[in-house]
Amino acid sequence: MEITMLMYLIPSLIMFGCGVYGFITRKNMIAILISLELMLNSVDINFTVFNRYLFPGQMEGMMFTLFAIGIAAAETALAIAIVINVFRAVKKVDIRELTKMKF
Amino acid sequence: MDYSQFLMMPQELGLLVVFLLVFLFDTFMPKKSLGALPVFTSVLFGAFTLANYFLLARGTAFSGMFETSATTFVMKAILNIGMLIVLVQSIKWSNSEFQAVRRGEYYELLLTTLFGMYLMISARHFLLFVIGLETASLPLAALVAFNKNRYESHEAAAKYMFTAIFSSAIFMLGLSFVYGLTGSMYFGDIAARVLAGGNSVLLITALAFVIAGVGFKLSLVPFHLWTADVYQGAPTAVTSYLSVISKGAAAYAFLIILVQVFGSVYSAAWEWMLYALIVLTITLGNLFAIRQRNIKRFLAFSSISQAGYIMLGVVAANELGLASLMFYVLVYIVSNLAAFGVVSAIENYSGKVSIDDYNGLYKTNPRLAFTMMLAMFSLAGIPPFAGFFSKFFIFVGALETGSVAIYVLVLIALINTIVSLYYYLLVVKAMFIRQDDCIIPTFKSACSERIAMTACTLGIILIGIASCIYTFLVEAANADNLIFGLLK
Repeated sequence: MEITMLMYLIPSLIMFGCGVYGFITRKNMIAILISLELMLNSVDINFTVFNRYLFPGQMEGMMFTLFAIGIAAAETALAIAIVINVFRAVKKVDIRELTKMKF
Repeated sequence: MDYSQFLMMPQELGLLVVFLLVFLFDTFMPKKSLGALPVFTSVLFGAFTLANYFLLARGTAFSGMFETSATTFVMKAILNIGMLIVLVQSIKWSNSEFQAVRRGEYYELLLTTLFGMYLMISARHFLLFVIGLETASLPLAALVAFNKNRYESHEAAAKYMFTAIFSSAIFMLGLSFVYGLTGSMYFGDIAARVLAGGNSVLLITALAFVIAGVGFKLSLVPFHLWTADVYQGAPTAVTSYLSVISKGAAAYAFLIILVQVFGSVYSAAWEWMLYALIVLTITLGNLFAIRQRNIKRFLAFSSISQAGYIMLGVVAANELGLASLMFYVLVYIVSNLAAFGVVSAIENYSGKVSIDDYNGLYKTNPRLAFTMMLAMFSLAGIPPFAGFFSKFFIFVGALETGSVAIYVLVLIALINTIVSLYYYLLVVKAMFIRQDDCIIPTFKSACSERIAMTACTLGIILIGIASCIYTFLVEAANADNLIFGLLK
């Protein structure tokens, strides 16, 4: 069976959807971070697949993916540092604790 | 590789030199002299701001990924002015007892985010743009979390970080579709293929994602929910930076992306998206500002509605719109920084941040009250001050398009100006008319704060009247009219 572009794109979009769903519904900040990571990785898959199937003669999408992975790592590192800060302040990583400022 | 192309990015190199000198000073100078670091940074950055006017390179580098043109030059100069005021304003805060151990980091992170914004402004390739965007927003998250002793700072940082990652994921998803449709990340190549291929459904979806991603950075209304919390929780010096500099850079980059890349689908796709965003942003920003009691939250919602006015310059999509966008950002920088200067002076002295605490301020601190009044008048757009001219020019730029829809949009914006007058004057009323038992006592603000506030006050009074500034901006925009090539 031949593997077509859609077979990559549909899982990647499902992954993105799961990420958005998790971002909205999860209460644990680490779980939210995992959801965000899912979204970023599905974007990486998109870029690689588009490059491989539609524009095999160039490397632009692959390069973008490499940089996106680096940026995602930096984002995660910083986000975890901030989560640790919050944990020190309230002794929990529950997003429902962050309600001091609203409206 | 031809290394001489680095000469096409003189402003970035200059900023890098400033950053390295500050870093070396912070690392290698003896502990005793570190108290001079804030002044050292301000003087160095001031020299860089002046030297900027002699860095006249124009052209592209890295096979067109990076461009220095008349308007990028002007935009960076405007950001530099704002950055200089922020640096001077925060000298006292960064030398205070709790911040003194970390003041080096504060200045280094601040300069790094400015570097990211430079890249955003000059990028003509989406990879460089994304790197710039992240370089601008990641250090800002660290800065928002800077006040380690206050819980609000952590909460604000968590909210900012999660929404920033979420928005950049959405933005990059949009980019991946754009790449799949056109096969390139260069602004010029994408524009050519969009022009050839017409507008497909996927392109419009991708465009909506891109607008949503940048809209988060600009805090346009459906994507604004982080703004008030982050502004309130962050240290006031960082809030003032966040509200003016990062907004100005994002607004210019937004215009470049929409006009230069998607210019050929202007009326087919993004004119109406922006139209809805602007109406929502101005109206909801105003309505929420009315009910705020905390001055920083109040300024946050006011800055949301100001972002809507800035977007009028984008939807105009012509040279006059670009010039008035830059002018608006300049005026907004001085007005908002004047307001934040007063807020941070009072917060540094008494720790009070509620509008009710400002009752009777005129009796005890007439100069602060006067500066705040000028800032509020300018933000509201009362005639002799700069804010009036910036609103006037941005409306004229939008009306230049001549379509009936834009006339209605400008009318909505005008009506909203009247609403905004109400809540800006509430602050003035508190300071001048209302009385209270526990008025903030008379105090002397630090020398650095007074310098920054004087500069802002002069800016508010002079920028509108000195018409040569606007003429200069129009000339810069006209020199760059290739940006609007797709719309003609």
